[in-house]
Amino acid sequence: MSDTHAQSVAFVRRSEIPPAPPPARETGAVKWVRENLFSGAFNSIMTIVGLLIVFYLLSGLIPWILNGTWEGSDIRDCREILGNSGGGCFAVLAERWPQLLFGFQYPDYLRWRPTLAFVLLAVALPPALFAMYLPRWTLAATALYPFAAYWLIWGGTILAPVVAALGILAGYLVFKAIEKRGFVTALAAGAATAFIVWWIGGLIVGEFPRMLSIEPVPSRQMGGFMLNLILGVICVSLSIPLGIVLALGRQSRLPIVKGFCVVFIEFVRGVPLITLLFVANVVLAYFLPPDANFDLIIRVIIMITMFASAYIAEVIRGGLAALPKGQYEAADSLGLDYPQAMRLIILPQALKISIPGIVNVAVGLFKDTTLVSVISMFDLVGMIRGPILSSTDWVGVYWELWAFACLLFFVVCYGISQYSQWLERQLTTDHR
Amino acid sequence: MKKSVFLGTVAAAGLAAVGASAQTLSDVQERGTLNCGVTTGVPGFAEPDADGVWQGFDVAVCRAVAAAVLGDPTAVTFVPTTGKTRFTALASGEIDVLARNTTWTFSRDTDLKFDFTGINYYDGQGFMVPASLGVSSATELDGATICIQTGTTTELNLADYFRVNNMSYEPVPIETGSESVQQYLAGACDVYTTDRSALAAQRAGFANPDDHVILPETISKEPLGPLVRHGDSEWFDIVKWTLNALIAAEEYGVTSENVEEMASAPTDNPEINRLLGTEGELGSMMGLENSWAKNAIAAVGNYGEVFDENIGDDTAIGLARGLNAQYTEGGLLYAPPFR
Amino acid sequence: MTTMSDPPRADGFRVSKLINDTRYRSYTFQFIALVLLILGFGWLINNAINNPVLREAGIDFTFLQAPAGYDINQQPISYDSQDTHLRATIIGAINTLIVAFLACVTATILGVIAGVLRLSNNWIIKKLMAVYVELFRNIPVLIWIIIIFTVAANTFPPISEFRIPRDGSDPERGLLFGMFAATNQGVFIPRLDFAEQGWIIAAVALASVAGVFCWRAFARKELYEKGRELPVFWPSLLILILPVVIVNFALGSPVGIENPEMGRFRFEGGFLLRPSLISLWFALSVYTGAFIAENVRAGILAVSKGQTEAAAALGLRPGRIMSLVVLPQALRVIIPPLISQYLNITKNTSLAIAVGYMDLTGTLGGITLNQTGRALECILLLMLFYLTFSLAISAIMNIYNRSVALKER
Repeated sequence: MSDTHAQSVAFVRRSEIPPAPPPARETGAVKWVRENLFSGAFNSIMTIVGLLIVFYLLSGLIPWILNGTWEGSDIRDCREILGNSGGGCFAVLAERWPQLLFGFQYPDYLRWRPTLAFVLLAVALPPALFAMYLPRWTLAATALYPFAAYWLIWGGTILAPVVAALGILAGYLVFKAIEKRGFVTALAAGAATAFIVWWIGGLIVGEFPRMLSIEPVPSRQMGGFMLNLILGVICVSLSIPLGIVLALGRQSRLPIVKGFCVVFIEFVRGVPLITLLFVANVVLAYFLPPDANFDLIIRVIIMITMFASAYIAEVIRGGLAALPKGQYEAADSLGLDYPQAMRLIILPQALKISIPGIVNVAVGLFKDTTLVSVISMFDLVGMIRGPILSSTDWVGVYWELWAFACLLFFVVCYGISQYSQWLERQLTTDHR
Repeated sequence: MKKSVFLGTVAAAGLAAVGASAQTLSDVQERGTLNCGVTTGVPGFAEPDADGVWQGFDVAVCRAVAAAVLGDPTAVTFVPTTGKTRFTALASGEIDVLARNTTWTFSRDTDLKFDFTGINYYDGQGFMVPASLGVSSATELDGATICIQTGTTTELNLADYFRVNNMSYEPVPIETGSESVQQYLAGACDVYTTDRSALAAQRAGFANPDDHVILPETISKEPLGPLVRHGDSEWFDIVKWTLNALIAAEEYGVTSENVEEMASAPTDNPEINRLLGTEGELGSMMGLENSWAKNAIAAVGNYGEVFDENIGDDTAIGLARGLNAQYTEGGLLYAPPFR
Repeated sequence: MTTMSDPPRADGFRVSKLINDTRYRSYTFQFIALVLLILGFGWLINNAINNPVLREAGIDFTFLQAPAGYDINQQPISYDSQDTHLRATIIGAINTLIVAFLACVTATILGVIAGVLRLSNNWIIKKLMAVYVELFRNIPVLIWIIIIFTVAANTFPPISEFRIPRDGSDPERGLLFGMFAATNQGVFIPRLDFAEQGWIIAAVALASVAGVFCWRAFARKELYEKGRELPVFWPSLLILILPVVIVNFALGSPVGIENPEMGRFRFEGGFLLRPSLISLWFALSVYTGAFIAENVRAGILAVSKGQTEAAAALGLRPGRIMSLVVLPQALRVIIPPLISQYLNITKNTSLAIAVGYMDLTGTLGGITLNQTGRALECILLLMLFYLTFSLAISAIMNIYNRSVALKER
C-alpha cells in the first residue's frame, strides 16, 4: 500500500502507524458500565433505583449480621448486649439449634444418630447423583443407605432393616431369575417372595426384638428440620414409582384402570395439600383399623405421597406425550410386548425428558412439608411458631429464627435445582 | 427411601388389625402404654419441659390413669392435639383419653358421642387488656379488636356476650395460644380472651406481667375435664374414679408422701382403707389391681398437690383455688363415696 | 406356509390364556384391578362403619342449618353470629375467591415485570431480579406468609399512636391525607359511600367502560381503513372519568367518600384491609410472582431472535418491540403454565389458616369443624369446593388456551 505513493509524494507516510487505543469510554470497566448500566436515560434511572434498593437492603442486613450476638441465654440478655447496635440476637440459634434441627422430643444423647445419618448421606448420594462418573459398584452404598438411615434414626433392632433389605433382595433375585418367562409373572413372583421374606422376617423380629438393638425412638418424637427432610425424602422416593404407574395407567387402553387413574390424579391435583393433611389428621383415622398404630406421621406420609404422585404422574405423562409416535411404533414393530416396550424403549426416554419436571415437583414437595406445622406436628416451622417463639425466653426473636429457616430451605432447594439443571445438560444427547 | 420398611409396616398393621377389639382397658394393658391427648402447649396445664418431658395439671391426670391401670406413671404416650384434631383423635382410637382442658358441653356429650369423666378444673372465660388502655370492665370494650384462640368454646361465648350487651368487636382468630399471645403483645389486638386460667398462665410468662390486667368479668362457665369415647363404660369408670380418687385423697388427707404408709396397714378410716385397697375389693370391680388408687396417688399426689405443684399460688401461674377447692372449704370438688 | 391359513386353534379354554393371550389379558388385568379397588375401598369403608363413634354419630349435614354462633371479621355479605353455618361457609368461600383474585392480579403484574426485567441489559436490575426469583422460589410459601404477617404486626406503627390520648391532646400520628392509615391492626382506607341514587353512577361507570371499548374499536378501524391514527389513551381516560364526575355533581353527589375516623379503639368507617388479608395477598403475590417471572422469561426466550431483529429493523423502539412483537407471541407459551400458577394460588389461599384469614378453610374447615365436630362432613365439603373451582378454572382456561393457540393450517 505504502509502495504506491512512495515515489510520488514525499509527505505520504511510508509505514503504518500503530493503532491508537480506543477512547477511554469505550474500554474496560468504563465501557462495561456504560453499556450495562447507563446505556440510556431510562436505564440510568433503573440503575440508580437498583443501587438504592441494594444499598437499603445491605444497610439493614450488614449491621444485623456483623453486630449480632451469639451469647446470652434469653432475649433480655440479648437486648442488654446489643443495645442500639441494630445487631441480631443469634443467641437463640446458639441455644436452640438442636430443637430447630431435631425437634424437642428427640432424646438429646441420641442426636448423634440422625447427624451421622445425614453425614452418611454425603457418601450415599454421590453414586446416584453422579452415576456416570463413578464406578457402578459404588451404587451399593446408595442402595444400603435407606436401611442404615432408618436404623440410625428410628433405632430398634437391626433385624428390622436387615429383613426389609433381604426381602427386597430376594424379590429382585427371583424377578431376575424368571424375568424371561414374562415380566408380569416375574413381578408377581418377586413381590410374593419379598412378602414371604418380610412375613417370616417379621416373625423372627418379633421373637428377638432386642437383638443388636439400639435405643428405639418412636416417630412421634421426630421434629425440626429433620422431620422436613424425612418427609421430603420418603414421600418423593415413594411417589416416583407410584407416579410412573399412574402415568402409564392414564395412558392405558384399559378403561377401568384409566378411569381410576384419571379420577385419582384430577382429584388430588384439584384440592390443596392442606385439605389432604386435614384428612390425614382428622378423617383418615376413621378409615383405618382402630388398633393399627397408624400414627400421625405415617398417615401424613400416605397423604403427601398420594399428593406428590399425582403431580409426578402428570409430569411423566408430559414426557410420554413428548416422545415421537415413531418410538412407540418402532417398539411394536420389534415385536416387544407392553412391559418390554415400556421398560426398554419408552420409559428411559420419557423419564429423561421429565427430569426437570420431577425435580420441580420434588422441590415443591419438600417446601410443602412445612404445611404439617398446621396440623400440630413440630417440624422446623412448627418448632419456631410453637415452642420457641412462645417460650418466655425468646418471645419476639422472629427475624433470626425465620432467617435461619429460610437459609436452610434455600440451601437445600437451590442446591437441588442447580443439580437438576446440571443433570439436564449432561443428559442432553441432541447436538444442537 | 424406606419404602420396604413402610410397606412392611402397612402389611403388619393390616394383619394386626384383624384381631382388634373395642375394649380400651385390655388394649391399654396389652400395649403397655396409655395414649393420652394433651394440648400442644399451655404453661401449667400441659407443656414439655426443657428435657421434652410433659408436665402440667392435665398431664397429671394422664399419669394418674397410667399409674392406676399399668402401675407405671411414665407409661404414657402424649399426643399433642389442636382444637381441631382432639375429637377425631379420640373418636378414631388414636388416644384413649383426652385430657386437654376441654369444656363439658351438652352437644359434645351427646351429639359427638363422648363421655366426660368429671371436672378437674372449673374455669370461665375472661379478658386481658394492656393496663395502658385504661379499660376496667368488659362492658367498655365496644369496638375493640379481640384476639381469640380458635377451636374452643371461646368464639361462641364471645359472640354471645357482645351480642347480648349490644356491642361490636373485631375478632382476630388465631389457631394456637402462643401466636395469639404474640399478636396481642405486638398490639395487633387490644384484647386477648380465653379461659381465665390460661390468661393467668400466659400473663405469668410476659416480660412485664404487671402491664396487663385481667378484667373482672367472667363471661362463661367452663367446666374442664378429661373425656373418653362413648360406649366403653368400663374404661369410662376407670378414668372417672381415678379422678375421684385424687379428689377424695385430698379430702381424707392422703398425700403422695403418706400414701405408702397408709396403704401398708388398714387405718381407722374405712373410707381410706377402701380407697387404698386395704379393705374391700374396689379395684377388682373395675378390672384393676386393688392398689390402683394407691399407685395413682403415689405417682402424682392428691388433687391439691397436683394443683399446687403446677398452677397453684407458689408457681409462676399463681392461680387461687377458688371454685376448685374441696366442698368442705367452699369449693365445688365433691368426690362420691368409695364404697 | 400353512400357518397363514390355519384357523385359530380351537383347543378350548386354559387358565394360562388369561395371562398369556393378549386377547384376554386386558380383561384379566382389569378384572384384577377392579377386584383390588373394590377390596381396598371396601376395607376402608368397613373400617369406618365399624368405628364405634362414627357409627353412632353418623354422617349428617343438618348442622349446616344450625346457627353458627361465631363472628367473622371480613364480611363481604352481611352476617351475624345467629346466621347459619351454611352462610358462614359461603362467606368463607367468597373470602377465598377475593384473596385468590387479588393475588392472581398482582402476581401476574409482578411476574411479568420481573420476567421482562430479568432479561434487561441492565446488569444490576438483571441480578436483582434473579435474586428475587431464586429467593422466593426456594423458600416455602408458608414461611413467607408467616414472616409477612409477623412483620405487619411488629413493624407497622401501633394503632395506639393514632388514638386520641385520654387527656384530649393530639395523637402522635394522624391519617395520611386525612384518608389513609397503615397500622398494626390493618390498613384503613376510604370507602365509596353509595346513597340512594348511587346505582345511577354505577350504571354510568359501566357505560363509560363500554364507551372506552367502543372508542378503541373505532380508532383501530380508522387506522386500518383510512390510515388515520387516533389517540387512544387520553380520550379513554376522559371517557372513563368525565361522565361519572358530571353525573355525580348533577345528582348532588350521591356517591361520597367515607374517610376513616378515630373511634375509642380504632378507626370507624372507611374500609379496613386486615393484616391477615394483606399478608396472605402480598405473600402469595410475591411468591407466585417469582414463578410467573420464570414462565414469562421462558416464554420470551422462546420467541425467535429474528422477530426482535425484524422489529428493530422496522425501527420500533425496544419498549414497543417487547409489547407489540415479543410478548404477544410469548403469550402462547406463557399461558398454560400461568393457568396452573393461578390454580396454585387458589389452592395456596388455604394457608390462610396460618394467619387467621377467614377463608373457607378458616370457617368451614376451621371454626365450624371445631364447633360441630363434624370433621368428615366439613372436609368433604371443603374438598368439593376446591375441586369444583379448580376444575372449572382449568376448563375455562383450556377453552381460552385453544382460542389463542397457533392456528396451523
